[in-house]
Amino acid sequence: MEPRSYPFPEPDDLVVNETYLELQRDEPVARVRLPYGREAWLATRYADAKIVLADPRFSRAPVMDAGYDPPRTMPEVPRISTILSMDPPEHTRLRRILAKAFTARRTEQLRERAQQIVDDLLDEVQAQGPPADLVDALAMPVAITLISEMLGVPALDRAKFREWSDAAVAITAFTVPEIEAAAASLRAYIRDLVEEKRENPADDMLTVLVHAHDNEDRLTEEELVSFGVTLLIAGHETTGSEISNFVYQLLTHPDRLAELHADPSLVPAAVEELLRVTKLSGSPGFPRIATADVELSGVTIRAGEAVFVDGLVVNRDPAVFANPHELDFHRAHNPHFAFGHGVHHCIGAPLARMELQVSISTLLRRFPGLELSGEVVFKKGRLVRGPERLPVRW
Amino acid sequence: MSKWTIELDRGTCIGTGMCTATAPDHFRLEGGTSTPVNETVDEDEAVVDAAESCPMEAILVRSADGTVLAPQV
Repeated sequence: MEPRSYPFPEPDDLVVNETYLELQRDEPVARVRLPYGREAWLATRYADAKIVLADPRFSRAPVMDAGYDPPRTMPEVPRISTILSMDPPEHTRLRRILAKAFTARRTEQLRERAQQIVDDLLDEVQAQGPPADLVDALAMPVAITLISEMLGVPALDRAKFREWSDAAVAITAFTVPEIEAAAASLRAYIRDLVEEKRENPADDMLTVLVHAHDNEDRLTEEELVSFGVTLLIAGHETTGSEISNFVYQLLTHPDRLAELHADPSLVPAAVEELLRVTKLSGSPGFPRIATADVELSGVTIRAGEAVFVDGLVVNRDPAVFANPHELDFHRAHNPHFAFGHGVHHCIGAPLARMELQVSISTLLRRFPGLELSGEVVFKKGRLVRGPERLPVRW
Repeated sequence: MSKWTIELDRGTCIGTGMCTATAPDHFRLEGGTSTPVNETVDEDEAVVDAAESCPMEAILVRSADGTVLAPQV
């Protein structure tokens, strides 16, 4: 059968493209062709996704091999290795350095600081009066401030990297030279900051990475820089977009919003459910390469073949989630893959959860009459989806 | 060398394989969840790292006297 063209067109809203759901029902392991590189498979069922993401017979590392020609959306093959293109034990070597910085307990200690950041931002929103754009007034600043403080990025530099980061996560929203230039600027910026931490060590994650390189030889200088860039981007583009996405979801689901107003203790469950249903990823994702023949839903994936998983369609698999398209804050069990699965499961998941809980609960408490005050246009052509602006009044 | 114990909460574990990658000598994946190869082990920093790396915090490591070594509070 002729492979389908992938990725599928991006919807204008946060909904899942219908084609995913059809494939999940009728052709759970489908042949796809991306704009560049070799053909691949797309797996859309939860049970198959679990194998692709967590079974050691699937690998990320081959995408960095010179002759591999990975399936991709951009003409160039990325040749800068990150933690996302590594397998254990290399992946584990890097991840262990910062694992302690991101545990749920360590993250809880940051809750008070997150609350203060959110309170200060919302004080400003209140003082300015309606209308407000919550993307710029709340969502992005919360995420940027927290990850910057954890990493040790000075407050004055944050506007600078915001611009680079926006282009660096683009797929089609910017030209390839623009994307490459932004990525190079981010690397140069982190490289300078690393030198600065060498001179003036501080209580932050970049200093931990510098120490692990200089004193313990646990990672190379290039790995250090890549890790810093990855954390900076992944630490704010995702959570910042999700804060906006979740507020949008709640304002367009008035029954669920009313439920949260009536019982704010539901916020953590609401955050999990919004993570499950919200289509954050705007990219085809990171393909896994089979290192041996593996069977998925009756289809044999041959060694060397690439498989894509879309987390959001997986999160709507009726085999795992009853009424999968319904926003339900009372699910007893919600084992969604919004943070991925396997060894690449998001290291910042506890941080993201905490930021989302604090942002949503505080916003609802302080602005009980919040509503949309204009059209919401979603960004396109980027790794992560979120509104350009989120105009609200109260 | 004193012994440590590994407790794994099967109800919390989602089988990411983080522990089997971090401490392959001490954990294995069985039926979608992880299980310690041995519940009592010789002191090994890799076990602590596995507990600290678990995104679900499903692993508890205790010293011989019962003190929790990981994850750290």
